[in-house]
Amino acid sequence: MLSIKNLHVKLEDEDKQILKGVDLEVEAGKVHAIMGPNGSGKSTLSYVLSGKDGYEVTDGSAALEGEDLLDMDPEERAAAGLFLAFQYPVEIPGVGNMTFLRTALNAQRKARGEDEMSATDFLKFVREKAKTLKIDAEMLKRPVNVGFSGGEKKRNEILQMAVLGPRMCILDETDSGLDVDAMKLVSDGVNALRDEGRGFLVITHYQRLLDHIKPDVVHIMANGRIVKTGGPELALEVEQNGYADIMEAAQ
Amino acid sequence: MALPKQKQDATDTMLTALGAVPASGWSAAPRKAALDRLVQMGLPQGRDEYWKFTRPTALIQADPVPAPAFEAAEAPIFGEVDRVKLVFVDGVFDAEASDDPAMAGVKIDRLAEVAEADIHWAQGLYGQLETNGQDPVVRPLAALNTAYATDGVLIHVTGKAEKPVSLIYRHVSDTSDAILHNCVKLEEGAELTLLENGPAAARFNKVLEVDVADNATFHHVRAQGRDHDRHAATHIFARLGQESTFKSFTFTANGKLTRNECVIELTGDDAVAHVAGACVGDGDFHHDDTVFVTHDAVNCESRQVFKKVLRNGATGVFQGKILVKEGAQKTDGYQISQSLLLDGDSQFLAKPELEIYADDVACSHGSTSGAIDEEGLFYLRSRGVPEGKATDLLTIAFLAEAVQEIDDQGLADEIVERISAWLDRRRD
Repeated sequence: MLSIKNLHVKLEDEDKQILKGVDLEVEAGKVHAIMGPNGSGKSTLSYVLSGKDGYEVTDGSAALEGEDLLDMDPEERAAAGLFLAFQYPVEIPGVGNMTFLRTALNAQRKARGEDEMSATDFLKFVREKAKTLKIDAEMLKRPVNVGFSGGEKKRNEILQMAVLGPRMCILDETDSGLDVDAMKLVSDGVNALRDEGRGFLVITHYQRLLDHIKPDVVHIMANGRIVKTGGPELALEVEQNGYADIMEAAQ
Repeated sequence: MALPKQKQDATDTMLTALGAVPASGWSAAPRKAALDRLVQMGLPQGRDEYWKFTRPTALIQADPVPAPAFEAAEAPIFGEVDRVKLVFVDGVFDAEASDDPAMAGVKIDRLAEVAEADIHWAQGLYGQLETNGQDPVVRPLAALNTAYATDGVLIHVTGKAEKPVSLIYRHVSDTSDAILHNCVKLEEGAELTLLENGPAAARFNKVLEVDVADNATFHHVRAQGRDHDRHAATHIFARLGQESTFKSFTFTANGKLTRNECVIELTGDDAVAHVAGACVGDGDFHHDDTVFVTHDAVNCESRQVFKKVLRNGATGVFQGKILVKEGAQKTDGYQISQSLLLDGDSQFLAKPELEIYADDVACSHGSTSGAIDEEGLFYLRSRGVPEGKATDLLTIAFLAEAVQEIDDQGLADEIVERISAWLDRRRD
């Protein structure tokens, strides 16, 4: 599904190498988790994969089902099936949430040569998805993320994911800023989307999210590289002992 | 005091070209008074403080700069609205294309038809609000209009108008030079929506005087046509009585030169005046919104919301003032002027002013210019919205605060459609 090979990335504006050779394969139907201390390059990886400006790939490759991601514009990556749930969802005053969702979905469908969804069908479709995430009609009408609480913003990210139905989902610290109930709600939303054709990459600091979204594979990232890969038990090990031991062993 | 030579010459040339003002009927006196004002103040010059950002040359020369009429592919705006249409072609009334103006609670006369009469209800309004609006800043083009207007509509509203009055200004001739003067008098508790659309002429000078009596409500939605080469100077003068409401919104697309002045006096307590504008332009587009709101009563609210989208060398101007007179306590004044510069070539010139002589008021003002928000753009693109479409969405969002000043959702939606279409055409 997602294939990252020897990915090297630096900041465009300064001579600072962030990713120093990341290798990662996420298979369809699997949930991979990336854990790691602050500044290890986790968020940079998610931004580079989704096509944000400000980063320069100096070596390596990233492909989605064999298609070179790094060559595509952000919107092409989305149409190809990549989705990033932002750590800090952006507020867009003046653009209604429904308009935003429908524009995005229909743009993707158009890019894939599919028919656009009518306003009525779309309304029904979104309402159903929103219900399971406990997003009410009022929240759908409001401008995108404007005045949303931290929990509402994250639920809105998952709603977008559910509506757009991507093949590869990257969740960047989706648990940050969530209380226990919100985390459960968001996790249920993600779990509902798990299926054989879809891959997940869950980026998190803490093991607690992984109690709700059970990963198949856990990677530890440090200093721009993946330093250890294991099963779900690796997350528990981090929770108990911190990153220090693993990082030491890796050096 | 003698005028500077350049101003004197320009004024003389223009007055010679225009000839004598009509001298019979009730309108003779206000016309003559307006001519006297004009002779005293002279036509605007680039050196005048009030014209620092907008060169008046094309507006004051004797002959208009020729402007070809523009054939739009789409149907004119407000086509779906149930309304009373009054059509002017190059400033000349077109009876064939117009509706019968009879409507309960509303009496509509044409200036050209009634100006010769000895008495008319518009006597006392025609030129009066314009006169009031000449102090403390002179507006010579409005005085010229009062003196020389060839036609216009005089609308007397005594009840709730059952449908909007729609003034349609078509432009056909390359060299047309139209001067129209409209008056609206709303009696106590009366309500009217006035729609205006179209470019009107190669050069257009228009005045609208609106007298809103106690508890009356006036809504105004205007779309200035897409003819790019046209030049226009328009003035709105409004006076508001107690607990009355005045809301005016203007959408402008293209235009080599548009100067929209709006002068509002809040003279009755608890009155509400909102004036808003959204414009989109590129190339040698020059758009100037000049607004002057005077609070002269207690507990009134005023809002000025002006948004401009500028690209490819376009210029936007905003001169906005809130004057709060002594004793106008509990005034709530708001003024915002913002421009979205879609490239590095465009410019926005703003002069926001507050002048306050009361001590218990809330007045806020802000003026910004900036580019598209990169974070928002990336967020939209990451969801699959192509860059052009994402930019358009953010542009419409930027204009939203101004468009939301239109109370009627159907009219607001139609304005948004026009903005979208304009942006779409820029992506061809």
